[in-house]
Amino acid sequence: MNQVLSKPPSMQADLAACRRDFPALSLQINGSPLVFLDSAASSQQPNSVIDAVANYHRNSHANVHRGVHTLSHRATEAYEGARDVIAAFIGAGNRSEVIFTSGTTESINLVAQSFCRPMLARGDTILLTHLEHHSNIVPWQLLCDQTGAKLLVTPIDETGSLDLAIFDKQIAGGVSMLAMAHVSNALGTVLPLEHMISRAHEHGVPVLVDGAQAVPHMDVDVKSLDCDFYAFSGHKMFGPTGIGILYARSEHLERMPPYKGGGDMILEVRFDGTTYNELPYKFEAGTPNISGAVGLGAAINYMKSIGMDRIAAHEADLLTYMTQRLSEIPGIRLIGTAKTKASVQSFLLDDIHPHDLGTILDHQGVAIRTGHHCAMPVMEFFGVPGTARASLALYNNRDDIDRLVSSLTKAKEIFG
Amino acid sequence: MNEIEQAQREVIDEFSLFDNWMDRYQYLIDLGKRLPDLTAAEKTDDNKIRGCQSQVWFVAEQSGDRLNFRAISDAAIVSGLIAILLRIYSGKRVNEIIDTPPDFIAALQLEQHLSPTRSNGLASMLKAIRHMAADAQGSR
Repeated sequence: MNQVLSKPPSMQADLAACRRDFPALSLQINGSPLVFLDSAASSQQPNSVIDAVANYHRNSHANVHRGVHTLSHRATEAYEGARDVIAAFIGAGNRSEVIFTSGTTESINLVAQSFCRPMLARGDTILLTHLEHHSNIVPWQLLCDQTGAKLLVTPIDETGSLDLAIFDKQIAGGVSMLAMAHVSNALGTVLPLEHMISRAHEHGVPVLVDGAQAVPHMDVDVKSLDCDFYAFSGHKMFGPTGIGILYARSEHLERMPPYKGGGDMILEVRFDGTTYNELPYKFEAGTPNISGAVGLGAAINYMKSIGMDRIAAHEADLLTYMTQRLSEIPGIRLIGTAKTKASVQSFLLDDIHPHDLGTILDHQGVAIRTGHHCAMPVMEFFGVPGTARASLALYNNRDDIDRLVSSLTKAKEIFG
Repeated sequence: MNEIEQAQREVIDEFSLFDNWMDRYQYLIDLGKRLPDLTAAEKTDDNKIRGCQSQVWFVAEQSGDRLNFRAISDAAIVSGLIAILLRIYSGKRVNEIIDTPPDFIAALQLEQHLSPTRSNGLASMLKAIRHMAADAQGSR
């Protein structure tokens, strides 16, 4: 019974077996066993995902929604079956509210161009937060260039938390759209979605949530969040690259024009006019990433077999341990110290450049991310060109953190 | 053996003294830390090399048929690589800079021992050096 597993060590022992499901975690890198602490960039894949994709290619591959032959049926069943798995996983009311995209970036661009562009006029405002990844900034800047709308940004404090008092004023000041992260990729801050979404809706503002850094780490239910749009990527949640999801309320999707034109998104094509297909196919032009969808479905089944609550508890324990161990290193500066965080710690060590640190850690088999993390405004706020970032996933353990700390101590020696 | 080949030979001999990656890096870092900085006025966008993950600024000054380089990075290991590049290429004849193959990269195992983005940075710096030399040759 899960309830019995209340102590962190037993929790850890409990998830320890999962590590063996990920073949990449057995690699030797530069003569040392790999310690993978870069899952926020892209997570490793378990055998069940790798096998599902390979089995699909071996036994079920053909184009979807087209042929009458057996393989086409199998491919369609695999692809649509994955949609059902995803819809259930995020609590979408209806499978047609789940659109396959190439990833979070495309999902956000789709909403910007298809939902927002037709409704925006010159001078309208789109509200973002200072914590956003570039993929939740640049699509809105493009939209502003196209429509004459302008961006408004909710500021953060020195812990990396949003200033909610300012947000409350901004959202009440006539905003057309709110777009924000669920979890900050650079700092790990968990945004207070419940508060922000309910405030936005009080003022009639639709909300897009960039959930790329949340879905691998916690239970996400789009209906209870009450968001209008929720975007995420397969490759950050143990699935393949090149596949992602846009959840959108069907009332919005029905009114939105197609984002891309092509095959599979039409009912009837004539040179004097075309009738679009029903949801969700209206937004899935061309042959989709079928194997990616199959892999994403398998990744979700894998996460469900462990349980999101257990994953969240395991990672919360590890993050506390990592933060504590890192803060014991003389000369460390932790960046991002919000009260509510998930899976990420950014830091600097002495005056060592993050890229130098990443290079020395790689030589010891420890993989971290270094740089601006596609969140330059966050770096600018803290007055740094970049940081080193260690990020966790369900397969990490305390040994990984200990190796991180010892490799940082070694780096301190080398840099003297 | 031209002057650049001679300088490459010396650098290769020097690095052959180290038999593990840590010593090699420690040496690179020491070289980087001792590299004279550029002035704030020289650290312009125009002097920045694209293709490096860390920031790198290069300044070239022509003196007769020779080119002098000064450069710096905000990352110590990259500054160490710059120090090696300056030893090999700075103050050398323009035509030799253009014509001499960079054999030291393979000999120092820099490709294998530097992360991909970093060896891209090295490639970008070499390209910039040759580009500046080509410009100098064109202007003569």
